[in-house]
Amino acid sequence: MLELRVTPGGNRPIYRQIIDQVRQAVATGELAVGDALPSVRQLAEELVLNHNTVAKAYAELVREGVLESQHGRGVFVAKRRRVYSPGETKRRLDQALNVFLSEALTLDVAPRQIEEAVANRLEQMTAKQQSSEGE
Amino acid sequence: MRQDNIAIRTQGLTRYFGHNAALRSLTLDVPRGQVTALIGHNGAGKTTLIRMLLGLLPPTRGRAELLGCDSQSLTPEVRARVGYLAEGHFLWGWMKARDAARLQRETFPRWDQTLFDSMLEFFGVAPHSRVAQISRGQRAGVSLAMTLATDPELLVLDDPSMGLDPVARRAVVEGLLAFARRDDRTILVCTHLLDDVERLADRIAIVSNGRLLVDAGLAEFRERIGGWMLDAEFGSQQAAQIPGLIDLRQARGRTHLVVANHDSETEAAIQRISGTARREDLTLEDAVLAYLRPAAMVGSISEALEHTR
Repeated sequence: MLELRVTPGGNRPIYRQIIDQVRQAVATGELAVGDALPSVRQLAEELVLNHNTVAKAYAELVREGVLESQHGRGVFVAKRRRVYSPGETKRRLDQALNVFLSEALTLDVAPRQIEEAVANRLEQMTAKQQSSEGE
Repeated sequence: MRQDNIAIRTQGLTRYFGHNAALRSLTLDVPRGQVTALIGHNGAGKTTLIRMLLGLLPPTRGRAELLGCDSQSLTPEVRARVGYLAEGHFLWGWMKARDAARLQRETFPRWDQTLFDSMLEFFGVAPHSRVAQISRGQRAGVSLAMTLATDPELLVLDDPSMGLDPVARRAVVEGLLAFARRDDRTILVCTHLLDDVERLADRIAIVSNGRLLVDAGLAEFRERIGGWMLDAEFGSQQAAQIPGLIDLRQARGRTHLVVANHDSETEAAIQRISGTARREDLTLEDAVLAYLRPAAMVGSISEALEHTR
């Protein structure tokens, strides 16, 4: 079952924290296509949050195409589809790279080592995703 | 917003005590069905505002409406639809927890005994215990139960978590959230606890020196308040050119800026001062403190202290 944790007081608003974690769970295959998410009410109760905060996070994830809402049944992980223009996709990729690389470089490791780590993890993640889609 | 979507409306609400203005021309709409957090220094005018809303204190100028009824002439019928939790959870020490229910039941036609009992249980209060002998957190539980069980449409709370330990604080938040989940309930809560605000609130209103500085959705507020970091210290003349500047701190050769409603113009103004300026993520506390801290510079930035509506 999906484990979400939120921390008030951080520099990401709570609804963003939920979005980030669900996105990551989908990216790593922890959540597979068609998996159900807890209802807004359930998650709000579990995380002790205003239900509108959870609803806002879900709405954003639906808009991004990560989740889909099936009327009366709840919210599910959606089949992946392209939702951004090529330009926007590149912009988002650059943004993600900047965050990752600036953090990685402060660790003072050789660029070679970063490349290898990325390649390895990419292989693991895509393998997991394919197997979860094949189910 | 349509009139019937507004639970609380104030227009130019002003109150003087002698020559001191406690509240200056405050105009605020609190929408129905949402949780609004009221934030400000001690003495910023929050309690004065609440007392005027409830008709406990007449305004010097302006007016306030509660559920569509003028605060100065609230009918018993409207009063019965409003729950008010005063600061400090006052209860008579000799009273037993279950007697608190008897006090309310006669006044409030929609009294919900089941809710009262389950709230006491939630806070671990035995119905026969005397109020003087239970903990502060449990007393908060009794007074919250007394208010929530009147089944109000509008709940006004003045610092409900003041002085409570983390366990009781969390219980208050959970109690309020469970209440807010019922259809169309409105909460106005005054608090200093920003972590609780993040869990609870749809909207925040920031009051300082009797003035309303911010009235916005919580998410919108955080998007509109941006932080920047510059690798240089610079003078107030340059800072005055940054539109929407609300806070500036300089330390160790660096400058941290907080800016409201930032756009390309803001960015251009900042880049003109330093080409290496970069965005800085802010916590809710950073953003709120930017408004509440005494202005680092006067005059030139006063314009920035406008509503972020």
